[in-house]
Amino acid sequence: MADAYIYDAVRTPRGRGKKDGSLHEVPSVRLASHVLEEVRDRNGLDTSKVDDIIFGCVDPVGEAGGVIPRAAAFEAGYDFAAPGVQISRFCASGLDAVNLGAGKIAAGSDDIVVAGGVESMSRVGMGMSGGAWIFDPSVGLPAYFMPQGVSADLIATKYGFSRDDVDAYAVESQKRAEAAWKDGRFDKSVVAVKDQNGLTILDHDEHMRPSTDMQSLASLNPSFVMPGEMGGFDAVGIQAHPEIEAVNHVHHAGNSSGIVDGAAVVLLGSDDAGKAMGMKPRARIRAFTNVGSDPALMLTGPVDVTEKLLKRAGMELSDIDLFELNEAFAAVVLRYMQAFDIDHDKMNVNGGAIAMGHPLGATGAMILGTLLDEMERRDVNVGLCTLCIGAGMGTATIIERV
Amino acid sequence: MADYKNFTVETDNDGIVLVTWDMPDKSMNVFTEEVMDEIEAICDATRGDEAVKGVVFTSGKKGSFSGGADLSMLNGRMERIQELKDNPTEEGMKELFEGAGRMSWLWRKIETNGKPWVAAINGTCMGGATELALSCHYRIAADSEKVKIALPEVKVGIFPGAGGTQRVPRLIDTQEALKFMTTGSPMDASKAQKTGLIHEVVAADDLVDAAKAKLKAGEVDPEAPWDKKKFRAPGTPVYSGAGSQLWPPAIAILRKQTYGNYPAAEAILKCVFEGLQVPIDTGLTIEQRYFTEILRTTEAAMMVRSLFISLQELNKGARRPDGVEKSKFKKIGVLGGGGFMGAGIGYVTAKAGIDVVLLDRDAESAEKGRQHAAGIMDGRIKKRRATEADKEEILSRITTTADYADLEGCDLVVEAVFEDSGVKKAATESAEAVIPDGTIFASNTSTIPISSLAQNSKKPDQFIGIHFFSPVDKMMLVEIILGEKTGEKALATAIDYVRAIGKTPIVVNDTRGFYVNRCVLRYISEAYNMLVEGVPPAMIENAAKMAGMPVGPLALNDETAIDLSQKIMRQTARDLGDDAIDQRHMKMVDELVEKGRLGRKAGKGFYDYPEKPAKKHLWPGLKEMFDQTAADSLDVETLEERFLFTIAIEAARVMEEGIVEDPREADVGSILAFGFAPYSGGALSYIDGFGAKVFVERADALKAEYGEQFAVPELLRDMASKDQSFYERFPVGRKAA
Repeated sequence: MADAYIYDAVRTPRGRGKKDGSLHEVPSVRLASHVLEEVRDRNGLDTSKVDDIIFGCVDPVGEAGGVIPRAAAFEAGYDFAAPGVQISRFCASGLDAVNLGAGKIAAGSDDIVVAGGVESMSRVGMGMSGGAWIFDPSVGLPAYFMPQGVSADLIATKYGFSRDDVDAYAVESQKRAEAAWKDGRFDKSVVAVKDQNGLTILDHDEHMRPSTDMQSLASLNPSFVMPGEMGGFDAVGIQAHPEIEAVNHVHHAGNSSGIVDGAAVVLLGSDDAGKAMGMKPRARIRAFTNVGSDPALMLTGPVDVTEKLLKRAGMELSDIDLFELNEAFAAVVLRYMQAFDIDHDKMNVNGGAIAMGHPLGATGAMILGTLLDEMERRDVNVGLCTLCIGAGMGTATIIERV
Repeated sequence: MADYKNFTVETDNDGIVLVTWDMPDKSMNVFTEEVMDEIEAICDATRGDEAVKGVVFTSGKKGSFSGGADLSMLNGRMERIQELKDNPTEEGMKELFEGAGRMSWLWRKIETNGKPWVAAINGTCMGGATELALSCHYRIAADSEKVKIALPEVKVGIFPGAGGTQRVPRLIDTQEALKFMTTGSPMDASKAQKTGLIHEVVAADDLVDAAKAKLKAGEVDPEAPWDKKKFRAPGTPVYSGAGSQLWPPAIAILRKQTYGNYPAAEAILKCVFEGLQVPIDTGLTIEQRYFTEILRTTEAAMMVRSLFISLQELNKGARRPDGVEKSKFKKIGVLGGGGFMGAGIGYVTAKAGIDVVLLDRDAESAEKGRQHAAGIMDGRIKKRRATEADKEEILSRITTTADYADLEGCDLVVEAVFEDSGVKKAATESAEAVIPDGTIFASNTSTIPISSLAQNSKKPDQFIGIHFFSPVDKMMLVEIILGEKTGEKALATAIDYVRAIGKTPIVVNDTRGFYVNRCVLRYISEAYNMLVEGVPPAMIENAAKMAGMPVGPLALNDETAIDLSQKIMRQTARDLGDDAIDQRHMKMVDELVEKGRLGRKAGKGFYDYPEKPAKKHLWPGLKEMFDQTAADSLDVETLEERFLFTIAIEAARVMEEGIVEDPREADVGSILAFGFAPYSGGALSYIDGFGAKVFVERADALKAEYGEQFAVPELLRDMASKDQSFYERFPVGRKAA
């Protein structure tokens, strides 16, 4: 079995996912083709040698439907020999695309894979792909379906995180993101989105609010009181975790991931294929796995999948030098650090989605790149990247510098 | 046209056929196999007759259209289903499926027969009758408060399986449709018209004429709206943005209300959800599949038996001795009529149209009873459930006095004075001095054995217990307690009285705590056990509710008062010795009482009761009284079982002791009095649902783990060895319905 290596990682800046966001004018396919072009150009990639283009996309409907990586390959001018496939594992899709690519390389079916994801939340809209999980009573009842925000509040209630705890985490995320940008720590991966004339449309993550402090967050009302109480979802959470008397609603727009537009890819290949193309590997995919977890808590999958992955890989928590966990909601990260007793100094050191946003299908590939960049900057060897997932799942990947 | 047994069929000069449903020997029309056969024959005959321009379908019963399914038909159907359930063959399943769809496809046949049908709804219209009306091409109702249109099937564990789940959401807003069917609540005529369930409301006297006129004018389209090509249901499409605002909360709220214990309620959502995405015929097939599935559930079998069949039988006086003339009540005396229970008894009696004399130690105290009734009526008026005139009428029937002489002429006297033997003795003697010789005397005692109270009476054969539950106006069950010497006339009179006030009687032989309170004490006691074990208090309350109980045991105890629990436990210890009570419980209760945490009346008990609008919440100090167990290490299903098992075992013990003799009474009583998991069909049906053998095995395991409260009585072991159910062990003497 061949090892799979990471040769490069590229992402767009994240545009505010609203009509006034800078990337709102850019169609989903162009966000995708933009990163495909960049990864080809800066690596001198012979696209006739690309065995697959795997893209995560959570709402692959309308302009994002119909196998968007194939469409993006046309626009990017890839060789017709490079096929495409679109996958969804909700919020971890971008990382699952990488894992799937690594698996294909390890299985010997592919040599070079471009894996990543795209989401234009401002153009397509969250939840537009619908699905039985959300709508169908035959699924919603056994699945304890509830909006993710109520689940995040359920996590905060069950594990004892107060409004101050989650707000303090959010303030820190903003601070770290600002410091990282100022320090140029995303320079390796971020490529400005430009128009056909070479004019810049967006060159930075525009969702950030570095001036955020405890006081400004305190003025925000919790977002999920209404669905929790009027929509009956608090009761659903309590029936799944009956030691809870009442759900404490602590999450709001300021301590949850931002809605943004963006795309990212990771260039994967076998050792031989990389050598043949004259590319230098940056890291090896050491292990990855998935898990299904409690669907009511929904977002605690990273804890379960990390336990599973370390066991499978025969590793200890102490083997991991740096962690990257998607900041879907502050309580998700707080619970992860609580469960494993991880110091915040090793976790999301450059901020995360609370500050910079979470372009659903793309995020997994984006934060894997962020992790690798930081591992190189710190000169540490092993990093773990994980995301929480709708309907209660977890995906995690361990990478190791070479 | 042919002669029908249950219908008159008259064709007028305009070619309009008036079908009047009027079953002989029944006060209300119901569906039997024969009725359905005749409806089918009428449909066939009119369809083939060119002279027929349309059909008006109405009822000949004053104030009622139809009550829905017939008891005996449903009973027979359920028995056959149980047989097939035990031997599930493909053939048997097909038979069940066809049977489940019989009514649905007959209504569809009417809907597609080519001639316009108008349903003229003159009164109560329930279940299958509502579904028949929905398949007619035009629905017109009388402007009468008698008109109540409902699909109440869910209340007895089934659901509208004759097109209800398909036609309602094709007629009215989805959310309204779901609410209508998952609650089973009725709509009056104007609400039904406003929502779109019916087309028109006319004066009651004009009902048939208006229906005919509509047909004569050619204004009734014989093609249903959903059979037209461009039909769109009034609600939002299922898979849409608006649908995403509707379905997820609808599912969550259903779980909130049912705790996942009612498959029929869930099936309604599934039928509507899937049905709205397909044409009507496919939708009806989907509904038929779910209906067949639901009919096969234990919940349906148990709920139909207890909440439909047994409840109606008990309400009709199943336990009334034959040969005693039916009592008529013109005037009833209530001793202690100014107290909370006495006043409640006075109110429900006056509400039933019976004059009441509320007697208390002075006029002022007695007047409090009248004020209590006024207060209840004010609340009802505020909710628009009654008028000022109703209030005046009820109050006019209530007189208050401190003079025993005013009891003269009473047909029944109910004593509800303070729970003290001496006080009760005095009241009994004073009353007996003035009331006519044959008047039955009833005590509402909850704690003192009837036989001992009967010793105060000169006529112990006329002395009986009529035990109401609080609040009297809301609680539908009444325990009738037989003392050793209570005679048949007293029993018959008590049953007649309870029926007259519209409540359900169960007959209980004399014992400490009777039936209901013995079970309730077990419920609360198990919560005490969990508290001292360190189960998180919220988990205790939630587990009980998830098991199907309406109120958590700690919340219930706050209502009944913790100092009362202390009193009962101390009394029990005095009477039966210290070993008769759990000293850990005593210690906890003493500590709470010492802290002034007496329950809701003190504003603090197991819960804190902050000022509104803040909600009550569990007292945080409770967690500090006991070392807490980690929630994730506890199995909530075991907690749920512990509550239901300890109550069910007590109910079995009550049967073994002969305190309750009829399983219907134990089942219905447990549901009406303390809300024992209604989906189970009641405390004994809960055991039958497992089968005695499985139940005993599980109880033995619980006993090994948690203690003597799960020790099963010999009766259950014997039933287990014989593979008997309660209804086999205690065959029910069924009277003709």
